[in-house]
Amino acid sequence: MHEMSLCENILEIITYQADQQAFSKVDLVRLEVGPLSGVEVEALRFGFDVVMRGSVAEDARLDILCPEATAWCQACETNVPILERYDPCPNCGAVSLQITSGGELRIKEMEVS
Amino acid sequence: MCTVCGCGSGNVRVEGPEKAKPKYGGELHHHAHDHSQEHGSAHLHHYGTGRASASAPGISQSRMIQIEQDILSKNNSYANTNRRYFAERAIFALNLVSSPGSGKTTLLVETLKRLSETRHCYVIEGDQQTSKDADRIRATGVAAIQINTGKGCHLDGHMVGHAVEHLAPCDGGLIFIENVGNLVCPAAFDLGEAHKVVILSVTEGEDKSIKYPDMFAAADLMLLNKSDLLPHLDFDVEAAKENALRVNPDITILTVSACTGEGFDHWLTWIEAARTMKLAGHPVLSTAQ
Repeated sequence: MHEMSLCENILEIITYQADQQAFSKVDLVRLEVGPLSGVEVEALRFGFDVVMRGSVAEDARLDILCPEATAWCQACETNVPILERYDPCPNCGAVSLQITSGGELRIKEMEVS
Repeated sequence: MCTVCGCGSGNVRVEGPEKAKPKYGGELHHHAHDHSQEHGSAHLHHYGTGRASASAPGISQSRMIQIEQDILSKNNSYANTNRRYFAERAIFALNLVSSPGSGKTTLLVETLKRLSETRHCYVIEGDQQTSKDADRIRATGVAAIQINTGKGCHLDGHMVGHAVEHLAPCDGGLIFIENVGNLVCPAAFDLGEAHKVVILSVTEGEDKSIKYPDMFAAADLMLLNKSDLLPHLDFDVEAAKENALRVNPDITILTVSACTGEGFDHWLTWIEAARTMKLAGHPVLSTAQ
């Protein structure tokens, strides 16, 4: 549900950069959205098209990178891939892993002209 | 225009203690707290100079710019401004989150009845519409501000900054922020609070914490509310606790009833202890309060 306001935040960053870096059109926006960021990627895509209308990023393509979520397993002393916050270690079955990545929610780069 | 909360574009309203006072409208922008933003400096890459490394006038050439900026960075900077404000004034703020109907407002009313004699308390109420909740709080004699988020599904750092400014809390005060009833979105938005407190009522499912893990992972305390109804329900308290601990091994869990007062001693003790920890070393702790 908050994907719409995230898109407004994205537009604000784009508008600021358009002013700072003197571009008038955005052709591509590349985001990094981790599986633990609490964001529904399809809702973000929908909101993106709606929010970018009438801006420098109207018609911009949206590329979303989804990095793998990982967590540190104390028992195995290694980083393991996880799908959800409460997943046990895929190697030893231990619970209460320390999440090390997967919460990313950022604009990585843009193609502008 | 503030695109974070939309003020200037119409949906969000901050309604002050004086009920007749109109929506703040333009006044919203005369806030004192620092809103300067750090839009991380982007690194520019030119990919469009062509094969001969020459630009041709009139021909548009695209380039890639590296941004590497957190989408929530603006909210986070507002939240940090709030956090600094709270720290300087020894204000202890809690962000109460839950699904709609968990009994947040009743719990808060009962908490304030017990706490407001010894502490200066303030409440920020977030709802999509109406000032009903703030009215219920004001009936206890505690100052409350209602934020109507309009179409928004959560409070953000900017709205709370405005509300705090209007509340003008005294040093050493306690602020309770009752977020919009929603177990999804408020998890992502830092407001500058010391702790998120998630309220789960026993009329909901035991598995709510694993269905909505982000919120339970973000909270430091879970209040299992409406415990007075347990004899009438088929609700497994131990399973609910186990699920919450699976998502967040560090979460503290207290069972309470806003109706009978069960567990309120523990809840009030937790508030005092967490406040003392948060304000450790601040001069306000060694004075009267």
